[in-house]
Amino acid sequence: MNRLEVKKTYKLYIGGKFPRSESGRVQTLTDKKGEVIANVAKASKKDLRNTVVATRKAQLGWAASSAYLKGQILYRLAEMLEGRKAQFISSLIRSGKTQKRATAEVEKSIDTLVYFAGWSDKFQAVYSSVNPVSSPHYNFSAPVATGVVGIVLDDSSTLLDLISQMAPIIVGGNTALIIVPGSLAIAAMELAEVIHTSDVPAGVINILTGELGDMVPTLAGHMDVNSISVSTDDTELKKTVRLLGAENVKRVVFVDQKKSALGPYPILDFQEIKTTWHPVG
Amino acid sequence: MAFPNLRDIAPIDEVGVKERASRYQKRSLKGETKLSALRLALTMLDVTTLEGKDSVGKVKQMCRKALSPMASDPTIGPAAAVCVYPSLVKIAKNEVAGSKVKVASVATAFPSGQSRLRERLGEIKYAVSEGADEIDMVISRGKFLAGDYRGLYDEVAKCKEACGEAHLKVILETGELETLDNVRIASEISMSAGADFIKTSTGKIAPAATLPVTLVMLQAIADYHERTGIMVGMKPAGGISDAKLALQYLVMVKELLGKKWLSNKWFRFGASSLTNDLLMQLEKQRTGLYQGGDYFSKD
Repeated sequence: MNRLEVKKTYKLYIGGKFPRSESGRVQTLTDKKGEVIANVAKASKKDLRNTVVATRKAQLGWAASSAYLKGQILYRLAEMLEGRKAQFISSLIRSGKTQKRATAEVEKSIDTLVYFAGWSDKFQAVYSSVNPVSSPHYNFSAPVATGVVGIVLDDSSTLLDLISQMAPIIVGGNTALIIVPGSLAIAAMELAEVIHTSDVPAGVINILTGELGDMVPTLAGHMDVNSISVSTDDTELKKTVRLLGAENVKRVVFVDQKKSALGPYPILDFQEIKTTWHPVG
Repeated sequence: MAFPNLRDIAPIDEVGVKERASRYQKRSLKGETKLSALRLALTMLDVTTLEGKDSVGKVKQMCRKALSPMASDPTIGPAAAVCVYPSLVKIAKNEVAGSKVKVASVATAFPSGQSRLRERLGEIKYAVSEGADEIDMVISRGKFLAGDYRGLYDEVAKCKEACGEAHLKVILETGELETLDNVRIASEISMSAGADFIKTSTGKIAPAATLPVTLVMLQAIADYHERTGIMVGMKPAGGISDAKLALQYLVMVKELLGKKWLSNKWFRFGASSLTNDLLMQLEKQRTGLYQGGDYFSKD
């Protein structure tokens, strides 16, 4: 007897849960030959708004957790991804990559997580300073998390791009709301399962899949989002983000995915520098 | 009114009430209607602070916010009342003097009510003498659950007497009454004994106000009005923290009691964090952008 295939429903990842889009909408993904690969959720503006609430709720607690814990959790993410390596490789192959490139990408993704896990208790020291002042004060500057950060990826983004942008934001004590287009939806939602089993507190990382045009303007104009990281070549979209982002002086960072190299600087992109004056003695 | 005939009170169909209440959560107000409902809700707020750490500064700050919830738009608000502990009534009264904002005070050994009647009545008189326009009393839930319905009636009647000119709101603390039938009985007794308002909860016990409980109380008010011609107000309190839920309450009031009850004379929200959510929603309607807590004053 033939066994019925059990197919996965790709949903959203919001506040540590996997809900469908409140709109009930889905998007059908096909391969190069036009064969249906899967249906993925197509999130709405309202999903986005609910996700901002979940992301905000998680932020203070995450920022207050120790650097050591953040590092451990990021390392745990790497462990989990390592355990599911085969699944991710085959899923990348299904989306059109060669065995060799798929393997390289997944391995690089895992290494990136380990890399930023290592920075968790070190970047503060690197980016802090004691400043000379001409009065009897200690004056020092130290980085603090920006807050709620939106990450927008486009059709050219890969799993590695997602992780390379997410890891430095998370390790810095921010919480992230990641918007991925349909083309990256399957890899992103499989990653959500990894996140879900890695002790990442609910709401620290949230993933929405769907049309960028549906969600990005709302995200850019949302007063409770502190910063946005955008990877796109679409100049109109960039303009929209800049204009709406100016409303609450969001920190807007445009990421050039082609030029990405490992380094601690992306962490600093999502930190505010707090300077303290303290009287001597 | 005389003690109600409890045998006339029909038993509550709990499943039915919950189903009916849940329907209010499946609809939403949009556009102009939403805007006017948000504005209306802001005028129905009893802005409340009932904490051990309440200070003169906190109460003054809260009164300012009740008087003009949004500094940039004076047509919004003011809130209906501020609700504080008796010792802070005088401060609140001075702060809102000359405005429409009333001062409400909890009394009667709030929130437990576990004290001698003489002390509880004394507390009401003290709050009234300090200038309270409204008194929020708690009923003796222990007495009620033990079946001493007459005792409850007498207690509310005596409190009403102690209030004098001040309005009396009777807090049933529905979270401790176990069943919806009890909620209905306690509502009937309180109204008959002279309550000007019936109120769901102290806010110190979970669950506080819920839609089903409020529905039962509103129905009791409607029936009482039909029987006697007397209008009684309703105040759900505790747990109503977002604008969406507040608007669902308003729709329910409109449908069960009619337009007459849609004013702060007959309907109030007891809440502390609802104010900002209403303001954020209003601002969203104005600007088209979703708002963040950073841009609204906390107290």
